[in-house]
Amino acid sequence: MRVGVITFPGTLDDVDAQRAVRYADGEAVPLWHGDHDLKGVDAVIVPGGFSYGDYLRCGAIARFAPVMQEVIEAANKGMPVLGICNGFQILAEAHLLPGALTRNHKLHFVCRDQWLKVENNSTAWTTRYDAGAEILIPLKSGEGGYQADEDTLKELEDNNRVVFRYVGENPNGSRNNIAGITNARGNVVGLMPHPEHAVDALTGPTDDGLGMFLSLLDTVVKA
Amino acid sequence: MARVVVDVMPKPEILDPQGQAVANALPRLGFDGITAVRQGKHFELEVADDVDDATLAKIAETFLANPVIEDWTVRRVEA
Repeated sequence: MRVGVITFPGTLDDVDAQRAVRYADGEAVPLWHGDHDLKGVDAVIVPGGFSYGDYLRCGAIARFAPVMQEVIEAANKGMPVLGICNGFQILAEAHLLPGALTRNHKLHFVCRDQWLKVENNSTAWTTRYDAGAEILIPLKSGEGGYQADEDTLKELEDNNRVVFRYVGENPNGSRNNIAGITNARGNVVGLMPHPEHAVDALTGPTDDGLGMFLSLLDTVVKA
Repeated sequence: MARVVVDVMPKPEILDPQGQAVANALPRLGFDGITAVRQGKHFELEVADDVDDATLAKIAETFLANPVIEDWTVRRVEA
């Protein structure tokens, strides 16, 4: 399994994402924002950070990077893509996922270990979880409030496209406590919390995040 | 060359915590009578004469604003 991990100027979590891929027995392939090809990878992770300094809007400039044009084309053909934090913001700006991420409702940057409920365990990235399982992984973001209009929320809820929901107090004002969503096909997933920081109990709160990368392994092996 | 102004504002139904924070600060500073504040972005573009309105609208809609959460207006002003 070869998994591309994109680095934009300002990306922070590419190294942890690469490590998480290796923990799932995958080969991590670094992709640069200026690349015009995906080097034959089986899947792509768009990691967290502050691409292009979060200038204009989070993800608004990264969305137009050369490598993202390749990612958008591949995702629309069914390649698994995972957007974490800033990566989720980029996928939303790129219209691979609906809605938008906005400033946290209390304006504070939130950095804490966060319980999530797995609402959909049939996406390319969540098959290793039990439906309804609760997992604990870090959340660290200032603009994680998920916003979408009523029609979009209904579409997401009615079609089981909410993948993760915050458990307990809503940390950032996200509509319907949404922490992560998927596209209609289930190959593209975006979430604000960070599974790549929770793949080893030595360095994270749990290893609950590893399931996403192992799920991908299953998806790629089956394909 | 012409100057073009693009104003981008959060949609009315979208929570604007920054605007609310400003509104909440005003009474503390002794400024009364301000009932609400919305915070947006203001862009000034220096534009060549052959750039048409449709192009400007596309710039605003696809890049300067995110229509999911923001409204935008484009106007040409005297430089």
